[in-house]
Amino acid sequence: MARVVVGMSGGVDSSVAALLLKQQGYDVIGIFMKNWDDTDENGVCTATEDYEDVVRVCHQIGIPYYAVNFEKQYWEKVFTYFLDEYKAGRTPNPDVMCNKEIKFKAFLEHAMALGADYLATGHYARVAYRDGEYELLRGLDANKDQTYFLNQLGQAQLSKVLFPIGELQKAQVREIAKEAGLATAGKKDSTGICFIGERNFKQFLSNYLPAQPGSMQTLDGEVKGTHDGLMYYTIGQRHGLGIGGSGEPWFVVGKNVKENILYVAQGFDNELLYSDEIIATGVNWVSDRRPSGQVSCTAKFRYRQPDVPVTVEMIDETTARVSFSQRVRAVTPGQAVVFYDGERCLGGGTIDQVFRDGKRLTYVG
Amino acid sequence: MERIYLDHAATSPVHPQVIEAMIPYMTTFFGNPSSIHSFGRDSRRALDEARETIAKTIGAKANEIIFTSGGTEADNLAIIGVAMANREKGRHIITTSVEHHAVLNTCKYLQKQGFDVTYLPVDEHGTVSVEQVKRALRDDTIIVSIMFGNNETGVLQPINEIGHLLREHGAYFHTDAVQAYGLVPIDVNEMNIDLLSLSSHKINGPKGVGCLYAREGVRLIPHIYGGEQERKRRAGTENVPGIVGLQKAAEIAQQTMAEKCMLYEQFQHVMLNTFEREGIRYAINGRETSRLPHVLNVAFFGTNVEALLVNLDLAGIAASSGSACTAGSIDPSHVLVAMYGSESDRIRSSVRFSFGYGNTLEQIERAAQEISKIVKRLTKA
Repeated sequence: MARVVVGMSGGVDSSVAALLLKQQGYDVIGIFMKNWDDTDENGVCTATEDYEDVVRVCHQIGIPYYAVNFEKQYWEKVFTYFLDEYKAGRTPNPDVMCNKEIKFKAFLEHAMALGADYLATGHYARVAYRDGEYELLRGLDANKDQTYFLNQLGQAQLSKVLFPIGELQKAQVREIAKEAGLATAGKKDSTGICFIGERNFKQFLSNYLPAQPGSMQTLDGEVKGTHDGLMYYTIGQRHGLGIGGSGEPWFVVGKNVKENILYVAQGFDNELLYSDEIIATGVNWVSDRRPSGQVSCTAKFRYRQPDVPVTVEMIDETTARVSFSQRVRAVTPGQAVVFYDGERCLGGGTIDQVFRDGKRLTYVG
Repeated sequence: MERIYLDHAATSPVHPQVIEAMIPYMTTFFGNPSSIHSFGRDSRRALDEARETIAKTIGAKANEIIFTSGGTEADNLAIIGVAMANREKGRHIITTSVEHHAVLNTCKYLQKQGFDVTYLPVDEHGTVSVEQVKRALRDDTIIVSIMFGNNETGVLQPINEIGHLLREHGAYFHTDAVQAYGLVPIDVNEMNIDLLSLSSHKINGPKGVGCLYAREGVRLIPHIYGGEQERKRRAGTENVPGIVGLQKAAEIAQQTMAEKCMLYEQFQHVMLNTFEREGIRYAINGRETSRLPHVLNVAFFGTNVEALLVNLDLAGIAASSGSACTAGSIDPSHVLVAMYGSESDRIRSSVRFSFGYGNTLEQIERAAQEISKIVKRLTKA
């Protein structure tokens, strides 16, 4: 009987993942990851409630459960990166980094140390074995597909990974949980960045990075106000600028980190927000057969954004030039660019530099 | 798969004789010991006998025993009770950095109430010296609380010597003897102990009962208010079946002390021999010469305790390490940190095995084999 370690967060998705594996006859072990050390105003660890849900669900399913602490690794590999990116004026994606460094690295190693044959998670994604290779496929629920966050996985990980709910729609997952009477059946989906949760993002960030207010200007140098600190803004953002007056609304169109200037412009469709080419770094290909020459595929520059046709060309081992046939709005440095061929997620990287008509944009400068 | 329980320091199975002794006090003799009718008297007699029996095992008098809900309540009552009753005399408390959380967190609470607490560090063997206590003593020291034997390492503190030192000082001497009771002889007079905490479930009694010995004349303020039970020192109807269980467990613990010690020494020997034979890299945490025999805390270098404990559990072997946080993950042991520093390899690679009623030599041999197998697998590069 193959042994599977399921990463359980206390949410409905991983609960159902564990239940399905158990029903399929696997030797299932539930493990709760504690990645963040936090206590609320009563001194209670905020992970406690989620862990208690894991305990309840595992009792219901009839599987053993444990917890594992990756706070140190998470701090070093994910949170440090997260802060560094903000310091550089970019908009990081800690979920991608967490999957790469924690869930499918440290946690995968932990699962293997427990004699597991596979690691399972509650991600909406699928794995297929075709032509001697593992493929990462989009989850069947198009609205929930999470391959965007899994773009850094490769053959070594996919050969050990199961995504039991990748074939399901979210509504089906809830239905299964409800029918089985799982404690998490009606639990609200978590939102936002896991370690921040429902808290005020600005306040959270200000605990770690000094906020340096500065000038808010148009690209022509017209001062429109002051900003609270560049890290609080992302490209294409409308809310929180505090620029009133008549005419079209104002949007963030760029940052000058050196001089601490936030660039703004008017109109959702302002040309300044559009780009047609990027340089991506840290590019990973799911397949071991690395592409040569130009690859025509589609790409996502943000989670839950429709795919855009692109051409990818590797410049060196891990850097790619990605050109798109149509201009895309608010492509943001620090976020992930993820490549697809139909259902297949080919891989992805980090958006580093952004261009329009061959000219580098001021997004981060 | 036969499971092997090596976590008796966490809690222990109830001895069949204890269960037998308790049953009548839930069926026939269910009366409230404070009641004036025959039902009450039946329970009252049992309560007084239990008090007498338990007092005798530590050389105390019956009226010096206060029944509580367990070791934690006994520790709380001793430390907070003495501190609050004597705060006009002084506000200084001495304890150690390796106490059970029932003592440590009680002291932390008192710090917030304005008391001054000295946490004595321990050496790499896990012990404090009489000299350290002597140096820490002040004119305003009102209580010294030092555990008898450590729950994580089994390390024994020089209780007798500290007791003697305190004869010449006005501070009360409290010791948490929850782990040591039943495995080492204790005489509160000889050792000059003023307050001593005991727990039932560590010695094959039921959970939810324990007691505090408080020497006659010790000034103590209660912290549970209500009826006048326990000479107004602890309100609430007495847990009679539990107390009868504690009495029986205490009797058995005293009668079997010598044979248990011999058996557990042998268990340790077998376990360590197996590790040697299998070429496992390990070290015992704590001074080898003066430890409680039922606790063996071992660092397996190159392993991670979270993976190790889960593997042991999956193989049916129950052991533990430090304490789990509310979110289930294992916090580094404050005891090992105090002994070896937070950067030591031992902090994240140590496991506590603790022996007790029901363990057999065959179990220990099989467990040692299984542990060796797992450690080898985890340390294989």
